[in-house]
Amino acid sequence: MAIRNKNAIKMTPNDVIFNILNYLFFGLFTLICIYPFYYLIINTISANDLSKNGDIMFYPRGIHFKNYIDILKLNGLANSALVSVARTVVGTSATVLASGFLGFMFTQNKMWGRKFWYRFMIITMYFNAGIIPVYMTMKNLHLTNTFWVYIIPAIVQPFNIILVKTFLESIPASLQEAAEIDGAGVLTIFFKIILPLSTPILATIAIFAAVGQWNSFQDTLLYVTDQKLYPLQYVLYTYINQANSLASLIKNSSGLSGEAIAANLATTQTPVSIRMTVSVIVVFPILLVYPFFQRYFVKGIMIGAVKG
Amino acid sequence: MAALTNASSTKKKTFNQKMQGYKLFLLVLPFLVLIFLFAYYPLYGWIYAFYDYRAPLKLEQCQFVGFKWFSTLFTNATQLKQLGNALINTFAMSGLGILTSVLPVAFAIFLTEIKSARYKKFVQTMTTLPNFISWVLVYSLAYSLFTNSGFFNKLFMNLGWIEEPIKFLDSDNHVWLMMCLWGIWKGLGWGAIMYLAAISGIDQSLYEAARVDGANRFQLMRHVTLPGILPTYFVLLLLSIANILSNGMEQYYVFQNAFNREHIQVLDLYVYNIAMGSSHSMSLATAIGIMKSLVSVTLLAVVNGLSKAFRGETIV
Repeated sequence: MAIRNKNAIKMTPNDVIFNILNYLFFGLFTLICIYPFYYLIINTISANDLSKNGDIMFYPRGIHFKNYIDILKLNGLANSALVSVARTVVGTSATVLASGFLGFMFTQNKMWGRKFWYRFMIITMYFNAGIIPVYMTMKNLHLTNTFWVYIIPAIVQPFNIILVKTFLESIPASLQEAAEIDGAGVLTIFFKIILPLSTPILATIAIFAAVGQWNSFQDTLLYVTDQKLYPLQYVLYTYINQANSLASLIKNSSGLSGEAIAANLATTQTPVSIRMTVSVIVVFPILLVYPFFQRYFVKGIMIGAVKG
Repeated sequence: MAALTNASSTKKKTFNQKMQGYKLFLLVLPFLVLIFLFAYYPLYGWIYAFYDYRAPLKLEQCQFVGFKWFSTLFTNATQLKQLGNALINTFAMSGLGILTSVLPVAFAIFLTEIKSARYKKFVQTMTTLPNFISWVLVYSLAYSLFTNSGFFNKLFMNLGWIEEPIKFLDSDNHVWLMMCLWGIWKGLGWGAIMYLAAISGIDQSLYEAARVDGANRFQLMRHVTLPGILPTYFVLLLLSIANILSNGMEQYYVFQNAFNREHIQVLDLYVYNIAMGSSHSMSLATAIGIMKSLVSVTLLAVVNGLSKAFRGETIV
């Protein structure tokens, strides 16, 4: 690509117009992609009586950070944050270790029935029993309303295992043979040689698994009714829907607002301020890690593309 | 090749090698059990489709009804209408998805034409961000931007374009289009990455050769870049055809409300709604799920066969 740009031919008027439009288009689409996040953030740090009416549109006004302090006092929110963090950490670790291990094991020609078991795993990517039978399975395994329903079904992910296996096949087998001659067992080889070697691919898997766990919503919806196990995503969803009814309640009783409340309207919590602040808390970890890990995301999909 | 050498050497395997083989197998066995439990064992749950299952009861306590639920689907007029409605929504969403699948291709081709590496990187980073947030958060953003006091209603009212706030979300108008647009907002930048990867894999000498032959920039885009990524496009297109019945339910679940239900209820969401909603028709939901699974697997086989016939390569 770089070579091509350096050797660029002379620009014709058509080229200039094309370039301007091209830059403008991508600028506009980028704006559309990031403005909603910006809009959310400026609303959470603006005066709450202004944000409630939608008066904060382009820049923050009456800046304060009380929303973030108040929100932590909300019933159960700290607990939900803990659930989200726990499932992300535990789930990601489990997925990464299992993907690395299985990817390595399926490169071992000596394994009894290797081809059969590999297919046994791969084929599960292409069928699905459907949500009710899976729900019944979780129930029969006594996983519903437990923390483990977030972790155990997500451990084995065939696609990740393909990625690791493909990656390891590009590593010379002589490495393993040399270690075997030195008397290393298969587990030693995995932990001492394979795991450090596959850091790039495992990092990619880790970041996808972590985002998946953090964003997961459907498993809670289907398998969990215990409020103590609600992750942030689910709580946010309930807040949005409650905010709906809260808003109409407030509208119906608008004549009742007392002077005491009017005094600090700017920092009194409203359905809008709660909803938006929780949203920012939910998206914040993604925004935080995203710039650093973006290259892993790209790498991940490229490795996937090679496999097709 | 590997299979051949394996087969010929089987007899020569020493006892030690065999034991080593079993040991390796035992190490992966726990994971194979997990695969069995979460992918194969649920298939046994298809049996619920043949019973009149009522939630708290055990399966043995429920009545065996054979193919009643399957025939209900096709004979009961209201049932047929609901299912048909869900199918129309499903095909509409998948169809719009397939129609707009050329957008990431265009996005990648035009982004490659941007010369500033920094700007390109900036655009790529920012436009892939929405792919990594959940649908719940997308809904939260949509809610913030499109409610009565949201960004767009305020903007339009301030500009004097409208008198009353427009109900964007609590309405049955343009549901398909809006769902499709949210899908594009979330997925366009990410979808383009695959094609950007394909473009960077195109042999640079092709560009040099075409340039020597006097091709201008647009001709390069049309005759070198585009053909270079078409194979990738076709694979993805075939896969999306195989997945035509599976829209997933998360997006539609979070956006659904009393107003838009008729146009948002895709098949996956419909199955969820009849199973977990007020009617609790687990058995009927399972029956629909079974038919969906069978059609999907068949479609995948057909598409795979087509791919093999035309490209000489399978996709799965």
